[in-house]
Order: sequence, then C-alpha cells, then structure tokens
Amino acid sequence: MLQTIDWAIMVVYFVFVVGIGVAVKRYVKTSTDFFLAGRSIPAWVAGLAFLSANLGAQEVIGMGASGAKYGISTSHFYWIGAIPAMVFVGVFMMPFYYGSRARSVPEYLRLRFDEKTRGLNAISFAVMTVFSSGISMYAMAKLIQILHIFDAPFRMMGLPQPWIFHFSLVISALVVLAYILLGGLTSAIYNEVLQFFLIVAGFLPLVYLGLKDIGGWSGLKANLDSSYMHSWAGMTNAHTNRLGVEWFGLAMGLGFVLSFGYWCTDFLVIQRAMAADSMSSARRTPLIAAFPKMLFPILVILPGLIAIGLPMQKMMNTNPAAVVSGGKGLIPPKMDAVGQPIVDRNGVAELDYDLATPNMLLHYFPTGLLGLGLTALLASFMSGMAGNVTAFNTVWTYDIYQSYINKGASDEHYLWMGRMATIFGILLSVAAAYMATRFNNIMDMLQLVFAFVNAPLFATFLLGMFWKRTTGHAAFTGLLGGTIAAALHHGLTLPEGGMAGVKGGWLETMHTYPSEMAQNFWTAIFAWTTCFVLTIVISLVTRPHKEEDLKGLVYSLTERPKEGHLSWYARPATLAIIVLGLTLVLNIIFR
Amino acid sequence: MGLDIRLPIGLLFSIFGVLLIGYGALGDKSIYARSLDVNINLWWGLIMLGFGLVMFVLGKRGTKMKV
Repeated sequence: MLQTIDWAIMVVYFVFVVGIGVAVKRYVKTSTDFFLAGRSIPAWVAGLAFLSANLGAQEVIGMGASGAKYGISTSHFYWIGAIPAMVFVGVFMMPFYYGSRARSVPEYLRLRFDEKTRGLNAISFAVMTVFSSGISMYAMAKLIQILHIFDAPFRMMGLPQPWIFHFSLVISALVVLAYILLGGLTSAIYNEVLQFFLIVAGFLPLVYLGLKDIGGWSGLKANLDSSYMHSWAGMTNAHTNRLGVEWFGLAMGLGFVLSFGYWCTDFLVIQRAMAADSMSSARRTPLIAAFPKMLFPILVILPGLIAIGLPMQKMMNTNPAAVVSGGKGLIPPKMDAVGQPIVDRNGVAELDYDLATPNMLLHYFPTGLLGLGLTALLASFMSGMAGNVTAFNTVWTYDIYQSYINKGASDEHYLWMGRMATIFGILLSVAAAYMATRFNNIMDMLQLVFAFVNAPLFATFLLGMFWKRTTGHAAFTGLLGGTIAAALHHGLTLPEGGMAGVKGGWLETMHTYPSEMAQNFWTAIFAWTTCFVLTIVISLVTRPHKEEDLKGLVYSLTERPKEGHLSWYARPATLAIIVLGLTLVLNIIFR
Repeated sequence: MGLDIRLPIGLLFSIFGVLLIGYGALGDKSIYARSLDVNINLWWGLIMLGFGLVMFVLGKRGTKMKV
C-alpha cells in the first residue's frame, strides 16, 4: 500500500525528531535546562507547544469520531471546553505559577499549602501521566495494525504479522526516549512545535479535498441531518440535541469544572508556560495557543462530519476500494471478535467512529500525501506521549524524589535522576500499554478513578490563589472530599440504557442521565462543589497561614505584573479580549 | 535556547515540499483519481516548500517574532 515516497517522508520526519534532540543536547547543563528548558522559550514557541502537548491521540482521532457522531456540537469541547479556561489561566493564574518560581504545579501547592497537599497531587499526577502515555502508545500500535501500515514490509522480511503491535510500541517508545533523554523539555517542546505544523500540513489538504468532494459547505448541509450542523440548537433539553446534555450541564460541567480543571491545573500543559522566557511570555503562552485552538475544529472535527455525510455515489466515483458495506459514509460498522457487525437493541449496526479520520486519509490521499498524512497522525500520538513523559520526569524528580527520598543532593544528581526517570517512565508506559491489551476493563476503571481525582482540583486552586484565608488542611480535605463525592455520584447514577458497573450505579441507581456525557459532567459538578464548600468551611475553622508566607502566591498579596514595556496589542489583556470576542463570533455563526 | 526552531521547521518542510513536487511532477498521474483529479502532491508540495523557505529565511535572519 505505501510506496517508497511515503516511507521516505516518514523516515525524514523521524530523523528530524531525533536530530532536534541531538542539536539541543549541548544546551542541557543543569536540571533547570532539562526540566524547564532553562526558562528560555519564546512566547510563540511555548504557545504552540502548549497546544501540541494536549494534541495527542484523543484529539485527532477522538474529535474526528465525535464529529461523525455528534456533528458540529463537538466544537463545544473547544469553544466552551478550552478557550475560556486558557484565557483564565493566562491572565489570572500564570502570575502565581510563574511568579512564585515553582518548578511544577505540585510544588506550587507545597508553597501555597503544605506537604501533604503536594504529595497527594504529585503522586496521583505521576501515576496518571504514566497510564495516559501507555494508553496513547497502545492506541497508536492498534491504529498501525488496523491501517496495515507495516504489513507489507513485515511480509517481505518474513516476520509474523502479530509482531507489528510489539514493533510499533517499541519503536515509538525508543524515539520518544531518545529525544527526551538528549534534550529534555527543550527537545520535547521543539518537537511539539514541529508536530503542530505537521498536523496542520497533513490535515488541511484532507479538509480541502473532502469539502470539494461533498460540494462545499452547502453540500455538507444537504447530505446531513440538520441536527449535525448546529452547536447550540436544541440545547435547552438533553433529548433534543446529539450530545444528550442540556446547556447548564454543558456550561458548568464541561465549560467550567472539567475545562478549568484541565487547562488551569494540569502540569502537562502548565509546564510549557513555566518554560517561557519571561512573565509576559508565560502569560501569553495559553493565549497564543488559544488562536489555533479555536480553529482546530476545522482540521479535526470537519473530517469526521464529511466521513459520515459522504454519499455512496461519490465514494464509488473516486475510490471504490474504500467503500465498506453496512457502514455509513466512510465509517464502517463495529465488528466483534469473530468479524460479525455489532448491532444494538434495535438491530441497527453500531458504527466504528474512531475510523472516521483514518478512513478519510486512506480515501482521499494518493501515494505521497498519504505518507505525509500518516506521519502527521503518528506525530500526534508521539507529542501526546512525550508531553506525559516530560511532565512525569519533572514531578517524579522534584516533587517525589527530591522531597521524600533524597533531599539536598547536587544538581547534577537530579539531572541524572531526571534522565533515569525518563527511562523508567517510558518502561512503565510500555507496561501500561500491554496491560491495556490484556485488561481493557482495568484501563476503563483507572480512567474513571483519574476523573474522580481531577474533578475537584480547580476548586482548590481557585480558592488557593484568590482567597488568602484558605488553609492547607482545608485544601487537602477538600480534594479528598471532592474525589469521594465524585465516586459516590458515579456509584449512584447511570446513563440511559447503561448497565450497573463501570458505567456507574454500582451502589444503587438513584438517578438516570440521558447520556454518559451528561453523567460525566454532573459527576464533575458535584465533585467541584463538594471540594469548594468543604475547603471554605474547614479554612474558617483552621489556623490561617501567615501573610508574609503567601506573598507571590495569592492574588491579594501579589504585585500586578507590569506590562508597560509591551505594545498594547501584545499585552495579555488585549489578546484575551480578542480571543474571547472571536470565540463568541464562532459560537454565533455555528449556533 | 541556542537553536532557532524555525530552522529545522523550514528545512523539514522544504524537504517534504521538494519530495512531493518531484513525485507529483514525475510520478504516475493515474493515482489522482481519488484526490478528485487534483495533482495534490504537486500543489501541496509547492505550498509546503514556500512555507519552509519562509521559515528558514526568518530563522536564518534571527528576527525575533513579535508575539
């Protein structure tokens, strides 16, 4: 299937990826160079890396799948579920993250609260990153198998086909390992920027060809039910829109709790801003990222919409080989283990939405561009993996190793530890990837537990940064309480048609939500509220921190950052207003 | 950091551009049925080469981006 030219593109890309690591190696002299890129990254580079680190497998494949399933309302994950939080972290929170000189998010918690709050956050974060990168690896190896990328070369060399999975895992692990070991966060960030441009280059022609084929925007509209084409229509009731969520659950659950919890507290993305070369660059990092972020639905959601809308006639004309029976558009039915299509209770075939974007690539891209498209896809997996690995090695070294295992060693020792952490972080990810192949349920449960741990986080940070009365005991109890509330809520509710178990209701079913998404959003809302209230109440009955210890950590005790040297259009506040204005316009256009 | 990221980006995109242009101009034309009879390799290769050269030149001059 792939020709020499496709392989050439892929190989050139991998040479560059590792080459960047080699090229920046000589600048890595201290642990700060390795973990925080020497705090020397310009704003636009940090901004694109901020975006790219989050652009893992879940994004490119998952958003294409959601586009095919939910239509344009998938854009809520961008315009409601990312942009406002990105603006908030840049304008209001970065002064404390960057200004406190904390080297990680858990370390900020140590400075602001106490050791136990840091420990809780550091350990849960470290475990989470290892599993996320393992899941990313697993998804990539699976995709390589499904797309038959390595089938021909393996056949040529007489190797058994099942080895493709192992080979894909090992090779991706080795590449990520090589460039992070060499250049640390700098090479991860540089590669993320490279990956950003590559993903744009790989997906823009796909959108162009797809739209041209289906007859432009009006052709897309004509081929799809109108419920696919709106983001806000029908949001007053969970049963009248494709997402199965009502506007309040969407705005509060996704737009506030989940989105702010991720973009404002997750060290994976914050680390990119902490590596920026100045306070104003750090503040602009998420704001610069917000511009491409708000346009990304065009690149990742639109292919999914085209894939489901494409009429049979057009597919036969251009590429009959790609047509699958029993599916819809370019999306095939889901198959069970013996190759029979899976049907739901009404006898309708379930669709394998995850194949929407990959099938679009195979359908439209000729030899040459196909190599580029697949390389872009692999790049997106790797950037997600590398992001997790760099966040893991930093939190491990600074917040776990230096804090609890070996205090007061030399900087060279911590630099060495960071490299070791990179190696065993990747080994653990590989182990997690294999675990995913054997025990799918365990992975689902783990992700559920992570969701419980993450949901209350933003309440703690919000109170910690903006209310000086918040105490360490309160923060710690609030986090635990919020996690327990999330678990309880999940255990007491079920989505419609769901079975008690990993989907919820494992205690008793007290309430049924119209969709799994609605249940997730409300779980987050309950967790956040519990943490928020609990933290306030306990703060009021515990002894406050001394004010002089909180300088630079809390809003009311920190000087406002000076932006006088920047031209008006480059100031964070200006950028923030432009970003929010444009997002509003997008929401109105696609309402 | 010592290395200007625009240099490797410029270089990589230029190489990709040249590869795609070469293949689009010299290779078999019948493969473009699936891309709606557009020689997408040639056209996209030209765009990538243009972008790559701009990035490379900017990186070489070391002009600071004012963002």
